[in-house]
Amino acid sequence: MKIAVPINLVPDLVEELTIDDSGTALDMSWLRLTINEFDDHAIEEAILLKEENDAEITVFASDQEGVDDMLFTAIAKGADQAIKIMGDFEEGVNSHTLARVFRDIIKELNPDLVLTGVQAHNDQDGSIGPLLAGYLEMPYVGYVSGVDLQGGKAIVKKEYPGGLIAEMEVTLPAVLGIQAAEEPPRYVAISKVRQAMKTSTIEERDISELDISGGPVIDRMFKPEVGERAIMIEGDEEEVAARLIELFEELGVL
Amino acid sequence: MNQDIFVVIEHLRGQVADISFIMLAAARSLAQGAGGQVVGVLLGHNAQDLANNLSADRVDYIDHPTLAEFSSDAYILALTEIISKAKPKAVLFGNTSIGSDVASVLSVKLGLPLVSSCIHFSPDGKFTSQIFGGKIMTEGTLPEPSALATMIPGGIKPEEGQSAQPPALNPLSIEALDDLRVKLVNYIEPEVSDVDISTESILISVGRGVQTEDNIELAEELADLLGGVVCSSRPIVDQGWLPTSRMVGKSGKKVKPNLYLALGISGAPEHIEGISDCENIIAVNTDPTAPIFDIAKYGAEVDMLDLLEVLIEEIEEAKEG
Repeated sequence: MKIAVPINLVPDLVEELTIDDSGTALDMSWLRLTINEFDDHAIEEAILLKEENDAEITVFASDQEGVDDMLFTAIAKGADQAIKIMGDFEEGVNSHTLARVFRDIIKELNPDLVLTGVQAHNDQDGSIGPLLAGYLEMPYVGYVSGVDLQGGKAIVKKEYPGGLIAEMEVTLPAVLGIQAAEEPPRYVAISKVRQAMKTSTIEERDISELDISGGPVIDRMFKPEVGERAIMIEGDEEEVAARLIELFEELGVL
Repeated sequence: MNQDIFVVIEHLRGQVADISFIMLAAARSLAQGAGGQVVGVLLGHNAQDLANNLSADRVDYIDHPTLAEFSSDAYILALTEIISKAKPKAVLFGNTSIGSDVASVLSVKLGLPLVSSCIHFSPDGKFTSQIFGGKIMTEGTLPEPSALATMIPGGIKPEEGQSAQPPALNPLSIEALDDLRVKLVNYIEPEVSDVDISTESILISVGRGVQTEDNIELAEELADLLGGVVCSSRPIVDQGWLPTSRMVGKSGKKVKPNLYLALGISGAPEHIEGISDCENIIAVNTDPTAPIFDIAKYGAEVDMLDLLEVLIEEIEEAKEG
């Protein structure tokens, strides 16, 4: 069993986001990138499957700030192979472009299963998982929170609103969009990541030229207008607590 | 190529999803600008009644036993045929467990561009969409001559896409739908819980800001003092700190309490979906740019844990005194 896990680097939303001078994109110069949180779940699900089914996991990502750390972290967690895709990714690329880049790697790997995060918060033109399914002509199921392998098939738990789960049977090879792994993504000590840096290597692949079609042209990027923003309660926690108690009384909950 | 706007009607277990009505209302505005019609696309089995209250000029309906339950494979086969024959100006999908499974795949199969997470369309074909967890909005024009788009709720009320007058039903047939690679096995019903957060009137909701499992106890203490219950955003449930039955949002419950105290919750679009009907949201978050402040009535920029300690103490004192 071979499992491929493409990793998408996204802006860390803890940081203040700034729009660049063009007014149509984020200013990437000071932006810290982090792993798409759902990709972290995809890695965890892959490792859980490996523990049960003896699988070989390959993780791969485009060459952006911090990518080595993310790939080595995945190796420290249990991935077997890591590939860095070299190209002009500094300013970020749209989902269609990234999916085409990942498609070429996946064709080379020929996996039974591709696990991706169900979405990323920087998706502007669809999510990587279903785009890959389209390019690879594989079946796709998203919003997955559980995977059970049974021969040439996977039985997956797909989430619907209100806590309803559909168990779906998917013929392999397939792409799955992971919403949540069956266990929270495991923590890995820095020492183990350092160990991985010493004992393993990240393979590199070059891509010649990026085809950037498939997404919309953005005319304007802006922060949501704050017309009816919350009335902010000023002060420290003592003052805020006092005001909240008044509000609780007004609402009749105290 | 024509100027019609197609809407893929989402339904599950005999119920049309609210996002379908929202998309129909959005499509109306696009169709008026383009001079086309609003066409609902309904895929199902013995499901024609679901078309009755759709506000559409026409509903193209495919009835097939294989379409009785959602399968991305079946939907993709059927929609590929419909869209490539009709060549509408735009096709709208929900950014949901159903729509997201098919829209991107179709974008590749049909070679049509796709715009994600749209919240609004104007008659001149402009879209407004949301990215970066709701912290940034983007604007652009739907690519010509034909494009796909996914929608999120927020801008439009579902009632705007409903109609008392049933639309014209246009039955279509489809070539083979066998050999599906994705099939429903069965449904697992939501777990039964001691509390139903969708009917509670006081909710103390915690997000990532709670930091550790032990700190949930603080929220429990406050909830006990106010006669409410604790619920949470997705990450807390994924950590296993609270059961799924306490999750508010897209995959969880939609809630409508008298008081929703959002502690350490940033307000990602998936969470906002579950609280869009709440009137009294009070949000506490150290990040002043957290989108939760855009929908809350009151906000405070303090640490939720510091606040909880003081708040619990003060309320206890008041009750004793």
